[in-house]
Amino acid sequence: MSNVLAEIRSGAYYDSVVLMQLQRALVELPGVEDAGVVMGTPANKELLEQSGLCTPQVEAARPDDLVVVVRAVDEAAARAALAQIDHLLARRRSRETSMGYRPRTLEGAAKLLPEAQWVLVSVPGRYAAGVADQALDLGKHVFLYSDNVPLEEEIRLKNRAVEAGLLVMGPDCGTALVRGVGLGFANGVRRGPVGVVAAAGTGLQTVACAVHRLGGGLSHGLGTGGRDLSDPVGGLTARQGLAILAQDPDTRVIVLISKPPSPRIAGEILAVARDTGKPVVVHFVGLDPAQLASRFPGIHVAPTLDEAARMALEQAGMAAPPEAQERDPARERLAAALAKAQPEQRYLRGLYSGGTLASEALALLRGYLAPLYSNVPLPGGMALESPHHSQAHTVVDLGADEFTVGRLHPMLDNELRVRRLLDEAQDPEVAAILLDVVLGYGAHPDPAGELAPAIRRARDRAGQEGRALAVVAVVIGTDRDPQELDGQVARLQEAGAVVFHRHDRAVQAIGSLLAGRGQGAVSPSHPAEAWEPRSDASSSTASGPVPDLSQPVAAINVGLEIFAETLQAQGASVVHVDWRPPAGGDQRLMGILARMSGSRG
Amino acid sequence: MRPSVDIDAANATAVERMMEAHPVLVGLGRALDVIPGMREDLLLHAGPPITWERASGPLRGAIIGALIFEGKAHSPQEAEALVTSGAVHLEPCHQHSAVGPMAGVISPSMAVYILENQAHGNRAFSNLNEGYGRVLRYGAYGEDVQQRLRWMHDVMAPVLGEAIAASGGIDIRALLAEALHMGDEGHNRNKAGSILFTKALAPHIARAAPNSDVAGEILQFLGDNALSVLNPVMAACKAMADAAHGVEGSTLVTTMARNGTDFGIRVSSMGDRWFTGPAEIPKGLYFPGFQAEDANPDIGDSTITETAGIGAFAMAAAPAIVTFVSGTPQDAINATLEMYEITVAEHKYFTIPYLDFRGTPVGIDLRKVVESGITPRVNTGIAHREAGVGQIGAGLVRPPLDMFLQALVAVAEKYGFA
Repeated sequence: MSNVLAEIRSGAYYDSVVLMQLQRALVELPGVEDAGVVMGTPANKELLEQSGLCTPQVEAARPDDLVVVVRAVDEAAARAALAQIDHLLARRRSRETSMGYRPRTLEGAAKLLPEAQWVLVSVPGRYAAGVADQALDLGKHVFLYSDNVPLEEEIRLKNRAVEAGLLVMGPDCGTALVRGVGLGFANGVRRGPVGVVAAAGTGLQTVACAVHRLGGGLSHGLGTGGRDLSDPVGGLTARQGLAILAQDPDTRVIVLISKPPSPRIAGEILAVARDTGKPVVVHFVGLDPAQLASRFPGIHVAPTLDEAARMALEQAGMAAPPEAQERDPARERLAAALAKAQPEQRYLRGLYSGGTLASEALALLRGYLAPLYSNVPLPGGMALESPHHSQAHTVVDLGADEFTVGRLHPMLDNELRVRRLLDEAQDPEVAAILLDVVLGYGAHPDPAGELAPAIRRARDRAGQEGRALAVVAVVIGTDRDPQELDGQVARLQEAGAVVFHRHDRAVQAIGSLLAGRGQGAVSPSHPAEAWEPRSDASSSTASGPVPDLSQPVAAINVGLEIFAETLQAQGASVVHVDWRPPAGGDQRLMGILARMSGSRG
Repeated sequence: MRPSVDIDAANATAVERMMEAHPVLVGLGRALDVIPGMREDLLLHAGPPITWERASGPLRGAIIGALIFEGKAHSPQEAEALVTSGAVHLEPCHQHSAVGPMAGVISPSMAVYILENQAHGNRAFSNLNEGYGRVLRYGAYGEDVQQRLRWMHDVMAPVLGEAIAASGGIDIRALLAEALHMGDEGHNRNKAGSILFTKALAPHIARAAPNSDVAGEILQFLGDNALSVLNPVMAACKAMADAAHGVEGSTLVTTMARNGTDFGIRVSSMGDRWFTGPAEIPKGLYFPGFQAEDANPDIGDSTITETAGIGAFAMAAAPAIVTFVSGTPQDAINATLEMYEITVAEHKYFTIPYLDFRGTPVGIDLRKVVESGITPRVNTGIAHREAGVGQIGAGLVRPPLDMFLQALVAVAEKYGFA
């Protein structure tokens, strides 16, 4: 009877329900005919004997002993079944028992939500790499919102991730869309054939919203962080992103968005993108499209973010009709507004919350307006003497570091922008003020509620001094955003703002209309710097396994609680960590702990 | 020099030994005969090492009572003189494979439970539980206390010893596993465990007793005391913790204990070295007429239960006592969930029904305590600061974080991580 095998565990006590579940699970195993899981009482042993489940071991069992016995088609099957006991006992239902408990550590959170594949990190920069390391230790992808992460840490983390087939999106990654679920600041965008790899700020949000507005959708919107395409980092995450999109059956078109990358890396990345075999649309903000198009035949070079979205849908076969520029009613309203301005009102003041949008504005405006000042380091703008004071034409990124130390980002709090708006309105030389209004999960719940009254006051003040002030608002959002797009637009319009949905059109309209106001159009006074991508670069791909994004998004959030709420609002599973600095922030102990940590010692 | 130890592997070994330790109560013996290193001139006490000068009221009272019990002193002054002169020495129970609740004083002629770890062969010991009220472990040493101690040793111990032997041994790990499913957490609540214990011994006591009156007295004494099983449980936990002690490179905490003045811990890889900090006053509920000012700082070896993965760590199994530590059933769940964050394993044998039979958090990792700043939770009785008044409440206490930092640095220095 060697096909009947038993295992006796003394000193083990299990609830009878657990024993019953184990018995059922054993019977379901291949080759198992019958199984018994009982405590070794005389009565139980008798029942086992009647079922042909008795062995000398079972007979010797004491009432305290847990008896597990199986009868199988052969000895091998019986052995295999017994080998599963611990696994079957450990199998648990997903925990609904965590309600009311806030884990303090990433590991604790991972036990509460074992299915989480993502860790969102938004802790202060000096702790961020440590948390990201822990996430990688646990085998999870990282969405790294934190900034001020040292470059060498970024490189180390990304190399670790590549090897393990995990993603580190960031640092300084503000947004991402994975399987339709937004991480960080993200808009409600339907799922569709367009896969985007982007540094992941407002550039990705703008493209995603435009795709959605045109009737399309995104498969994934993957963030890389702003330094990924630099020489030292070498595009580690972008390569992984392209590999994911190449494999993803839902992705039919790939869009690559970035500020101008290092020429060497750009050549390599574009070669990788082309080798995916899928249509590729690329837009490097601020870079002359003609330079790229000539060197990378087969790559579709978009002149603006919005155009990138439109071209992507065209490539996906979702024919997006070109949006007619001449009959754009917003442009007509703007022209009418500017027609009422006084002759000395010449200048534009762009007050941005989104860094990529500010860069794009600068890139587009340099063809129209001069002199053009900014705090954004991009060819085409002259540096402002102080970011707090505008000069001539000015585009200022109010989300830049100098404004956000110890203060909420303007996408969350418009207080600073409202004050600046009222200041600019006092300047008799200002003709137009341009604002971006970014909606979506994570953003301010009602930006129009803060901005509309300020716009009205600004225009009234100017009006009292006999000036007509044009205020342009570019609303980046979708009809699936929690703020209700139509309501936001209506309130901004009621306050007297001219509302655009396409950022490029808004900027081009302002540029051309202001350029025509007695100043005469300028030829580009700051031509783009020479930028020579190497088109002969090899398409070496990331060496590790391709990260798997096939599971529904479940995440652990470490840092800003709003990111947990955002995921919850989208119906994703999320556990928020009640995080504190490790070892109370003691540098010496943190160093010891890092060296004593198993995987990195 | 690159350190050569694998701490994770060492901790996995240590916690596996802790869980697989299989302590069985095999008998009773006289401390002098069975406890390793026990001497005629030695008293064992709870917690880390301490002198008479630094000892708190309950510990001093218990020392006095034990020396009177031994016939070595006839007054508190005589007892004090014996200790301060060096004629009688004080050493921690923990350094002699023993544990004792509250003052935890074990003297040479006291009867002690003998626990044998059938998996690894080590033994552990604890004294007999005296019940409630004016008792030696809270520092009472009067004639009533002496009378009870004499009855326990002269009448009960011989019968109990014979009954335990006749039972073939009582598997305390299995008893605890079952008690956790009956609303105990094994430290502050041992109601179910004590009943199981008494039930297991009852037939053997009936047979071993010289007459039915004695059998009845003993059964009533055990049955009336919801802490009857606490001492064997603590010794069982000590046997488990000792099995995990001495693993090279391990950062597992293998001892937590208090002497009423200091809280002390020992770490698996650090031998007999204690790391200590001031014992705190527990937060909790006081019996009518008492308040926090009356409380002694935390005292006793009973934190061995938390060390072994029960007690406050298994609070989710014992929602009935959360009001005692002023909380809701959800707080009980949260207490256990929090302890998962500083432990390296989930217990194979101790499970919690409400958490879907998840194992209790077991194996406190120094590194996790320091990293998270979460110190272990401890459920505890509260002693009056004056000798002999007894228990005045129950509550929750946490050890001071600083000694965990010291211990971590010491391990780091030993293995070249500093």
